[in-house]
Amino acid sequence: MKIHEYQAKALFAKAGVAIPQGIVAKTAEEAAAAFKTLGGSIAVVKSQVHAGGRGKGTFKEHPEQRGVVLVKSADDAKANAARMLGSTLVTIQTGAEGKQVSTLLVEQGLQIERELYLGIVVDRETGLPCVMMSSEGGMNIEDVAHDTPEKIFREHFDVSLGFQPFQARKLAYALGLSDEAVKFAQSFLPKIAKFFVDRDCSMVEINPLVVTKDGQLLALDGKVTFDDNAAFRHKDLAELRDLTEEEPTEVQAQAAGLSYVKLDGNIGCLVNGAGLAMSTMDLIKFHGGEPANFLDVGGGADVKQVTEAFRIILADKNVKAVLVNIFGGIMKCDTIVTALLSAYDTVGFTVPLVVRLEGTNVELARQMLKDSGKKITSASDLTDAAQKVVASLKA
Amino acid sequence: MSILVDRETKIITQGITGKVGLFHSQQCRAYALEHRPKDQVMVGGVTPGKGGTEIDGFPVFNSVAEAAKKTGANTSLIFVPPVACADAIMEAADAGMRLIVAITEGVPVLDMARVKRFLEGYPKSRLIGPNCPGIITPEVAKIGIMPGYIHKAGTVGLISKSGTLTYEATWQLGRIGMGQSTAVGIGGDPIIGTKYIDLLKMFQDDPGTEAILLIGEIGGNAEIEAAAYIKEHVTKPCAAFIAGQTAPPGKRMGHAGAIISGGAGTAEEKMAALRAAGVEVAPSPADMGEAVKRAIAKRK
Repeated sequence: MKIHEYQAKALFAKAGVAIPQGIVAKTAEEAAAAFKTLGGSIAVVKSQVHAGGRGKGTFKEHPEQRGVVLVKSADDAKANAARMLGSTLVTIQTGAEGKQVSTLLVEQGLQIERELYLGIVVDRETGLPCVMMSSEGGMNIEDVAHDTPEKIFREHFDVSLGFQPFQARKLAYALGLSDEAVKFAQSFLPKIAKFFVDRDCSMVEINPLVVTKDGQLLALDGKVTFDDNAAFRHKDLAELRDLTEEEPTEVQAQAAGLSYVKLDGNIGCLVNGAGLAMSTMDLIKFHGGEPANFLDVGGGADVKQVTEAFRIILADKNVKAVLVNIFGGIMKCDTIVTALLSAYDTVGFTVPLVVRLEGTNVELARQMLKDSGKKITSASDLTDAAQKVVASLKA
Repeated sequence: MSILVDRETKIITQGITGKVGLFHSQQCRAYALEHRPKDQVMVGGVTPGKGGTEIDGFPVFNSVAEAAKKTGANTSLIFVPPVACADAIMEAADAGMRLIVAITEGVPVLDMARVKRFLEGYPKSRLIGPNCPGIITPEVAKIGIMPGYIHKAGTVGLISKSGTLTYEATWQLGRIGMGQSTAVGIGGDPIIGTKYIDLLKMFQDDPGTEAILLIGEIGGNAEIEAAAYIKEHVTKPCAAFIAGQTAPPGKRMGHAGAIISGGAGTAEEKMAALRAAGVEVAPSPADMGEAVKRAIAKRK
């Protein structure tokens, strides 16, 4: 689960991680009041959407307006906020459709000495979380890793022991920080690492992490992704979820216990198992088609799940044909066909459906499909299935 | 011959009184009985608080240590819920289980980070999974949730991150008359107990394995590590398939570990690395069985 910058910063503050002073605004008036409360001569107004690239992003309704702006008065804050709120921000990460902005974060202006990068992820190779820092704050870390990998410094740490002060010093000295900033880093870095562990994060990114003129480190941005598998021990975080940031069909699928990802093609697919579902997409592409989705119906695949899966696939207006690919192991093929046939009627199919079944009781299952009298094409193997579903588009 | 699972394997199930745990314990027992009617392979189970009872003929114990002592079990199959999985794995290691197979899906990643560190103190225990279908040495023992009857004894060593895709590959191998020495599902999570390279080494050393099929997917770089290992150390013919060639970046494709992040972990780069290591890479999932055949033919 991803959260907004203002939510991440509120959690950082609770964990003792230094952040700039900021106030959340939902109206232009609130933005003006926030400017006054902060009391400085400048402030920054930041659009709150999950996508990155907000500073360079522009609004569909106001092409001159940027997603993050520096303002110099309460009126200035108000005017900018009025253009941003309710408008659609398009950044390199939102796609062409953009994201509607409904919340702003107004923050104090700072005397910035340096901009750094800080990221924490779990390193799969070592099985340990890893703090990554770079002198290139504000830059995309992937670009830094590609162009100047020598500018990235990494420290792995043990989940139980936590991040040690000497590790913070190692990073701070490598980055050439001032003595004051090194001191500050010794407390800042273990705290953010502890936050990562305590909240079961899968990613924390602070870009930029700024060093102020007086040697303080402050999280100027905050991107946090939580490990969904650990949600059961963080019930308090559930309320931070913003469903408007998610693809509605993906939310619907999740509620039904299905794993679904929407794609741009026109062949819908329903598959059991994540690996086979990904492979089915590949197979469609290999035979000249374009998959419309990833959908793993899971091991059970009962009537309810298959019905919901069909509904979700067919709700996508691009879908012109559907391929069902099931390897029935413990779950028998005839059980799955019973579910398929029932779902077929409930949903009301109007596009071609190709079904490829293999595994336990497959002969019986194929006969059931044949006897059903429904317009379902049966396929004998993967290649046959892909060819038939691609051909059905041209028919 | 085989790896990890042999005629000495004696299995208990942690979480045997749960619906899924019991069902699959019964399936594993039936599989063993069919192929080795004289041997005791599935010897019991563990559910704390239900020790001393019995469920469908399986004796139930309060702890793995007690189960091991009374049954001689050396292998544990884990079906406990995600919240209790890390604890169950550590208990199994502490009780001296040499093989621990965790089927449980949805274990928090940092729990696995802790488990991995803990297991460093138990070098004799090997963990497979979590979030995996398990492991099978056909006609000897099945420790997992795969349909046993599709697996035939043979000489292909199979390593995979995915369940149904492994069944598909097994099916394709069966159609061209090839069986497996052992098939191992390593799991689709970011942190897992046993990686490709550990198993590549075992298959390379196993006289019963003639060729190796590696099934991977997007996310992480384990397949690239595997490619480097194959290039250096594996002389047996290898074939591979990587799922997710059409997966979009930044989206988790079902498995917790199956995500292309920051442009890394794509199917393309993994396939290229494997090809460069001399591995026969199947371009389509329909081609996995044939790819093994081609890999063997190339070496002859």
